Amino acid sequence: MAALDELTTPAGDGDTVCGVRARLVAAPADTAEAAALIRAAQGLSVVIRGGGTKLDWGPPPRELDLIIDTRRLSGVVEHAAGDLITVVKAGTPMSELHGLPGQQLALDAPAGATAGGTVAANASGPRRLRYGTARDLLIGITVVRPDGTVTKAGGKVVKNVAGYDLGKLYTGAFGTLGLITECVFRLHPAPAAAAFVRAVAPPGQAAKILAGQFAASALEVNAAPGAEPELAVLVEGTPAGVRERAAAIAALLDGEVSEQAPDWWDVSPWPDGGVGIKLTGRLSQVPALVATAVGAGATVRGSAGAGVLYAGFPAPNPSPGPATTGIGPSSPGPASSSATSTSASDSSPTAGSTGTGTSSPAAVSTGAGRSSPVSSSASTVSPVVGPGTGTAEGTVEAGRAIELLRAAAVRAGGHAVVLTAPAGVRETLDMWGPVPGLALMRRVKDQFDPDHRFAPGRFVGGI
Amino acid sequence: MTGIDALAARLRAEIGVRRVLTDRQELRTYECDGLAHYKVIPALVALPSTVEQVAAVVRACAETGTPFVARGSGTGLSGGALPHADGVLIVTSQLREIVEVRPEDERAVVQPGVINLQVTKVAGPHGYYYAPDPSSQQICSIGGNVAENSGGAHCLKYGFTTNHVTGLEVVTPDGERVRLGGPAPDTPGYDLLGAFVGSEGTLGVATEVTVKLTRLPETVRTLLAAFASTDQAGAATSAIIAAGVVPAAIEMMDALAIEAAESAVKCGYPAGAGAVLIVELDGPATEVEAQFTEVNALCEANGAFETRIAADDAERALIWRGRKSAFAAVGRISPDYIVQDGVIPRTALPAVLHRIGEVATEHGVRVANVFHAGDGNLHPLVLFDDSVPGQAGRAETVSAAILDLCIEHGGSITGEHGVGIDKAKHMPRMFSDDDLDTMQLVRCAFDPDGIANPGKIFPTPRLCGERPGRRQGAHPAQAAGVAEIF
Ligand SMILES: Cc1cc2nc3c(=O)[nH]c(=O)nc-3n(C[C@H](O)[C@H](O)[C@@H](O)COP(=O)(O)OP(=O)(O)OC[C@H]3O[C@@H](n4cnc5c(N)ncnc54)[C@H](O)[C@@H]3O)c2cc1C
Ligand SMILES: Cc1cc2nc3c(=O)[nH]c(=O)nc-3n(C[C@H](O)[C@H](O)[C@H](O)COP(=O)(O)OP(=O)(O)OC[C@H]3O[C@@H](n4cnc5c(N)ncnc54)[C@H](O)[C@@H]3O)c2cc1C
Repeated sequence: MAALDELTTPAGDGDTVCGVRARLVAAPADTAEAAALIRAAQGLSVVIRGGGTKLDWGPPPRELDLIIDTRRLSGVVEHAAGDLITVVKAGTPMSELHGLPGQQLALDAPAGATAGGTVAANASGPRRLRYGTARDLLIGITVVRPDGTVTKAGGKVVKNVAGYDLGKLYTGAFGTLGLITECVFRLHPAPAAAAFVRAVAPPGQAAKILAGQFAASALEVNAAPGAEPELAVLVEGTPAGVRERAAAIAALLDGEVSEQAPDWWDVSPWPDGGVGIKLTGRLSQVPALVATAVGAGATVRGSAGAGVLYAGFPAPNPSPGPATTGIGPSSPGPASSSATSTSASDSSPTAGSTGTGTSSPAAVSTGAGRSSPVSSSASTVSPVVGPGTGTAEGTVEAGRAIELLRAAAVRAGGHAVVLTAPAGVRETLDMWGPVPGLALMRRVKDQFDPDHRFAPGRFVGGI
Repeated sequence: MTGIDALAARLRAEIGVRRVLTDRQELRTYECDGLAHYKVIPALVALPSTVEQVAAVVRACAETGTPFVARGSGTGLSGGALPHADGVLIVTSQLREIVEVRPEDERAVVQPGVINLQVTKVAGPHGYYYAPDPSSQQICSIGGNVAENSGGAHCLKYGFTTNHVTGLEVVTPDGERVRLGGPAPDTPGYDLLGAFVGSEGTLGVATEVTVKLTRLPETVRTLLAAFASTDQAGAATSAIIAAGVVPAAIEMMDALAIEAAESAVKCGYPAGAGAVLIVELDGPATEVEAQFTEVNALCEANGAFETRIAADDAERALIWRGRKSAFAAVGRISPDYIVQDGVIPRTALPAVLHRIGEVATEHGVRVANVFHAGDGNLHPLVLFDDSVPGQAGRAETVSAAILDLCIEHGGSITGEHGVGIDKAKHMPRMFSDDDLDTMQLVRCAFDPDGIANPGKIFPTPRLCGERPGRRQGAHPAQAAGVAEIF
């Protein structure tokens, strides 16, 4: 067995996860090397790093010895176009998979994200309405278990019911059950044509699109305190079909057809250092969820077609200046959202927001740029998160806002998960919230990782 | 009083006298599922009518270390619902309530005994339907669908059961009621719902299922194309996929399957066809029309000598009738047959079909091919006459060789019928010991004592490890009832 010091290097200043610094870093080049590494690392606590785009989201690890970086595990192993599948190593950038010849892996992902990270987070974007998420598109997977065992599940064919569908279990497990080294995905043909329809319309109008015969690929809402809420619809298909459906949707919503996505499309509604929350609920409850979140001072975006929203609060301003907005459920509700009108349809698309970036640098600043002026005009929202991040007042307010949104999500039949929050606030929050079936989940974790070494404390219920 | 007598007395007290069967004649009704050559008479049949009763039965099994097997409609084709000789068969047919239909949420909540097609029937008036459509949809239960991750002809475009279930209530093998998922997507935590779907009753009993409802398409167009050979039909299939079209369904039948369907239901497919393709497109009218023209042209370019387009629902039903009757229809041309279910990458279709033909000829049996061509899911029907000595054995050999071909080509030993008891022995050919062991880690988390449908899926059960303070109950290694049936 190779010794640990041959397989790892000492960690540098940047090798931290939520402020917790690792001792060692390793970047195995293939599954065998990864397995040797993990066997040699028995007893160490491990966090896996993909593109590292969202590694600082979620709770910090309880302990951290070793970061396993997947970026050398990179490359498309196979693209069987006739079978509409691809086999890729886990560290492969998603951007490589968006434009396979004539085909695509139809998963929205931020610039820099890896295939493995996207699966581990079950990350998704607007097009989940049509194509589903990583959960639906992953058909095979290779994982190195925490004990170093290499194991596969699924296969290379789309239709397959042999044995348990373990791909589902690893999807969204955030690296707590092992290291994903290879993924097999189902692909879709690249659509011949696509168009967006953008409209100033309340989220309730989304139901009209769902009830119609538009076969939308995405149906997104965008709402912020003091601004008119917007809807944007993506239609894909044959050129004639897209033209016709886009025109019909534009007529229905009194919107306009555009080649380009709105600048907020697939952009997280919070800036660096802000608070980001994922909200889910029944489709019919989306308008109520949006109203509650906007009422609490959040900018809200997401899929009105799938019932998955993202709410963002801007970063607390360190200097007590004007236009500081914070978290606080003090706004009277959605009514305030029509106080001022900032229509997105007349804001020009920004370079960098290509419709696949959740957090490319340009996109983040766009998100921040949009939310700050919008919220500053919402006089009903009181600035509550104090001048400093970790102030007791700010922390209490953040906790209250999250409780409010969580209660709303539960009423809507869903959940509220805090994805990211600034240091100081994060520690005080129950980021994942209550989860049904937690006892069973713990038993699964105990089976895969009895010593709780992989991403300890980062997952639901402290798993 | 034997263990089973005591259990029967307890269950009669807890769920009612009429809901517990122990009479051998009555038990016999349940001795097999759709794979009728495996037969085992269960020790006891329970017919709970509420979720609480299901939990009571499972709790009683857990406390006494008694194996239990869930059963829906018993249409499974891999012996998944085959009873355990010393165990309890939990039949869900009394759990038939449609709990709610919410088109505004695109969801319905149903009990596990509800029949698949029933969901579509209740959603239809609202403009919605339940997309997974196994050919058995008039009789199979949603609970069975969940356990088998059932597919149907239209799963090429719409996916399988797993893509259409967002929430479950399950009774775990210790008798606890647990909710997994819910009406909203992306429930935080491990996707235990995803692991449960397709677990063939080995992780517990599904007692309530939340399914997605899908908007009924604006337009449906169905085309029947006749070719001289399966090679041509296969080439047409590849051309359609290569053109970027994702039809709702592409089904293929070869000459022998057509002959059988003709003699059974007089579907009137074009005479002299060596293969037919049924291609169905659905969606917005403009999309469908444009793609339909393209599909038609691609069929002709690849040698279709006749194409028929269904003008209305009646003609569509006629086109589908041949395909849907195919399994039963081979009974008309052969006294006995084995239904195989395997998957290959679609591009391997021509090579695999040729090889199947050769293997069949070598062994002197005939094979009729009916399959989901779009996703490479083969359903070869191996025909034989049990009264001719040796034929059954040869048919078995051919059937097994077909699975070898699927594995050789990087496919799967089952695309929709499941592993059950029938294919457990084949699992090690597709998965390594470590792969199987990993699956059983999940089993151990749900069912450490191995009482839920023991003997299914896994050829050799894992010992779940010593757990301080935990009673080790009857282990599946003692699945003696299973061993007898071979
Ligand atoms: C709690 C949380 C929720 C999120 N929810 C969403 C969402 O709903 N929608 C969305 O678009 N994005 C979401 N994200 C962001 C998501 O992580 C990124 O979009 C993802 O694509 C980043 O890829 P990456 O390669 O940069 O991964 P990283 O940021 O490096 O890692 C992300 C997570 O995946 C794990 N991981 C990475 N690679 C592997 C591997 N090979 N094997 C096992 N585990 C691995 C990491 O340990 C980490 O937990 C979420 C992130 C977190 C932390
Ligand atoms: C003519 C015919 C055509 C068919 N066509 C198709 C097809 O096109 N596609 C397809 O996928 N299948 C098909 N099948 C197979 C079969 O119909 C499906 O597997 C179906 O889902 C089984 O449902 P059932 O209610 O009959 O389940 P059963 O046969 O009763 O049980 C099947 C398995 O599910 C488990 N189970 C049942 N209910 C529950 C529950 N509530 N909780 C946990 N486990 C449970 C059982 O233990 C068993 O392992 C066909 C079968 C026939 C006879």
